[in-house]
Amino acid sequence: MSANREPFVASGDIPPSPPPSSVVGPVAWVRENLFSSIPNAIMTLAGLFIIYSLLASVIPWLFVNSVWNATSLGHCREIDNGACLAVIKERYLQFIYGFYPEAERWRAILTFVLMVVAVWPILFAGAPRKLFYFSAVYPALAYWLIWGGTIWGPVGVMLGPIIAIITYRILSTVLRGTSMEEGIAGVLALIAAGLAMVIWWLLGVELFDGTVSSIVSIGLPVVESDKIGGFLLSTLIGVSGIAGSFPLGIALALGRRSNLLFIKAISTGFIEFIRGVPLITLLFVASTLLNYFLPPGTSFDIILRVVIMVTLFASAYMAEVIRGGLAALPKGQYEAADALGLDYWKSMRLIILPQALKISIPGIVNTFIGLFKDTVLVSVIGLLDPVGILNPIRADQNWNGIVWELYGFISIFFFIFCFGMSRYSQYLERKLQTGHR
Amino acid sequence: MATISSTGDTNFRIGMLIYDTRYRSYTIQIIALIIFMLAAAWLVNNVIENLAALGKTFSFGFLNDTASYDINQRLIDYSSTSSHARAAVVGILNTLLVAILGCITATVVGVVAGVLRLSNNWLIARLMTIYVEGFRNIPVLVWILITVAVINETLPAPNQFRGADPDASPLLGGMLVLTNRGFYIPAPVMGDMSMAVVIVFLLSVGVMIGFRRWAKKRQEATGEILPLLPISLGILFLPTLLVFFLLGMPITLEYPELKGFNFRGGVFMRDSLIGLWLALSLYTGAFTAEIVRAGILAVSKGQSEAAFALGLRPGRTMNLVILPQALRVIVPPLISQYLNLTKNSSLAIAVGYMDATGTLGGISLNQTGKEFECLMLLMAFYLIVSLSISAVMNWYNERVKLRER
Repeated sequence: MSANREPFVASGDIPPSPPPSSVVGPVAWVRENLFSSIPNAIMTLAGLFIIYSLLASVIPWLFVNSVWNATSLGHCREIDNGACLAVIKERYLQFIYGFYPEAERWRAILTFVLMVVAVWPILFAGAPRKLFYFSAVYPALAYWLIWGGTIWGPVGVMLGPIIAIITYRILSTVLRGTSMEEGIAGVLALIAAGLAMVIWWLLGVELFDGTVSSIVSIGLPVVESDKIGGFLLSTLIGVSGIAGSFPLGIALALGRRSNLLFIKAISTGFIEFIRGVPLITLLFVASTLLNYFLPPGTSFDIILRVVIMVTLFASAYMAEVIRGGLAALPKGQYEAADALGLDYWKSMRLIILPQALKISIPGIVNTFIGLFKDTVLVSVIGLLDPVGILNPIRADQNWNGIVWELYGFISIFFFIFCFGMSRYSQYLERKLQTGHR
Repeated sequence: MATISSTGDTNFRIGMLIYDTRYRSYTIQIIALIIFMLAAAWLVNNVIENLAALGKTFSFGFLNDTASYDINQRLIDYSSTSSHARAAVVGILNTLLVAILGCITATVVGVVAGVLRLSNNWLIARLMTIYVEGFRNIPVLVWILITVAVINETLPAPNQFRGADPDASPLLGGMLVLTNRGFYIPAPVMGDMSMAVVIVFLLSVGVMIGFRRWAKKRQEATGEILPLLPISLGILFLPTLLVFFLLGMPITLEYPELKGFNFRGGVFMRDSLIGLWLALSLYTGAFTAEIVRAGILAVSKGQSEAAFALGLRPGRTMNLVILPQALRVIVPPLISQYLNLTKNSSLAIAVGYMDATGTLGGISLNQTGKEFECLMLLMAFYLIVSLSISAVMNWYNERVKLRER
């Protein structure tokens, strides 16, 4: 009978029963995130419809019915009604290099590979520090590789800073030996070093180039600027602009926050002027007006002119971003730097700028992305960047009327670069995060 | 024993110009000033010499010369016999037109996309992320070219509207005609007494603003809230409609009609204007969406919880608590997006829309060879626009600034 039955005593933990399927799992997720209410469900359906119609038109067009092998648009249409990717296949080298001579394209590739090496120590902390020396000489090297000519010209230009340093070292030791006051000696040496560099650039480089070339002639075939185009040109302008606008932007930002009235006025005026006009007007200035500002008879390369204008343009925006970072820094940081007895440059270099730049990373990278996107504007003044390359292709009888394939190709290139940059900025923000969160 | 002694050395030495903070800033500034003046003098001198060498003079007289080129999209009368100055004005008005249209649509697109990105609907939020990232990471010039290409390639040509069984037909009962050359919309035709309707409408706008101010004051004084929306809408439209019908409908719409090979009548907006407008709106809209999202996220959750705890309904919470705080974060960057849009509208030159850059900085410049004058005027125009927009922004910032102790 019941007396024999032992009362139930649990001998161990009873495993918890699984939550009902309406709370966890894919069904619950769908219910919560896609169909939580009637308006939500309508939006989901609308979204699904949009995705479906996009995919239904793009996938057959791009993958199923696309034509890779054809000689003209008409030929493409005869074969199939999808994307005529044959144009990309035929012209992709032009999109990459512009009209850069075929035999010399290895130079562009080498420049790009070396750029990755030069940029590595700047972007990632794990790189060997010695690589910084390579980064320092890279601009001259890249210039020589891309434009060709004798190597001694760029080498001569790179010698300028070295000459300045040597002049400074020698003069300051010599002058210290005299009875001259120390401060004056330092300043005199500095001025002399600057002068020596400028004089070397104006007079010495050519002479150096001439003499050394006559002894040891190392050179590459010259490539004219109007041959350079495509993504090569975009990258060239973009990277030089980025490299130039960052230091210039810091200088302008410091200038705008300076106590020195005149410096502040110049910086503010420059920033507001550049930010007030569209880049395209500045590019017009580069293409039509800049030669007026130079001594009669001189004219310099259009790509160089554009790089200068793009750099100035981006540096004004950069300055405002960095100024925001400087303003966001608590006042205590400035006061602490002063209290430690640091002078202006030391306090900026060691205390203020590292923090201010860290705060402004998102803005800085946004400016870089903007600059890189803005490089397509050079097509308006006739340079052959990817958008500029489009016109000769679309004007070609074989490919007349082709649109989507070409725009799509360019868009993908820019998307990859710009999206990559924004991801990098997020990585950098996380890495430099020192807040206690 | 250490003694603190002041040297009391007041003799001026040259080194003090650098090492004494009393003088150093002056030294630096004077050196900078001298360098600046020298550079400026050098540049001006070069310009004078170059202009002289080319036999050019610096004058704005060319503005009165005949422009002798056509502008196909214009807001005011213009013909090829008009002056360069008039062409410039047409261009400036075109810039302002596309800028204003673009700012309005970019705001609408941006607010919708920004709010939807925060939606708890997973799919919609992801779709909006794709929209935002796609537009932000591809140059606006490419978007402009793509949009114009979409209009040119996918929409029907005007002659496809012809015949008994046309391939294409106007939309919305003949009001909207989309062709690959541009869009036609109805044009208002002002009959007799139509000014009365316009004046009544403007008066109603004034009365409505006055009413809202009064209602706000009354609410602050007594705490009573009037049903603002229906009353303002009533004030805005009822008198105007009344006058409109009493006067026998003086304003009518002129529909675009197919005549010959093309449409006549209505307002014609060229493909380049539409493409530029759409591309700028979508591009700026993507940036605006991020701004709106950041603004909404910037209002801490405690604010809405506090408002609910006070017993405010969700609508009131939004209007009285969330929005005023979010707008303080949203408006300044939004205004600089408007500024960017205005400056980006100069890319019109790539699709042949004749804005200020296309007329003053484009054809006028090339025809007259007055690079200096044209570019100076063009930059001055853009500077004036952007400085006035910044002035508005500063005024707004000042007005909404948190007043702390």
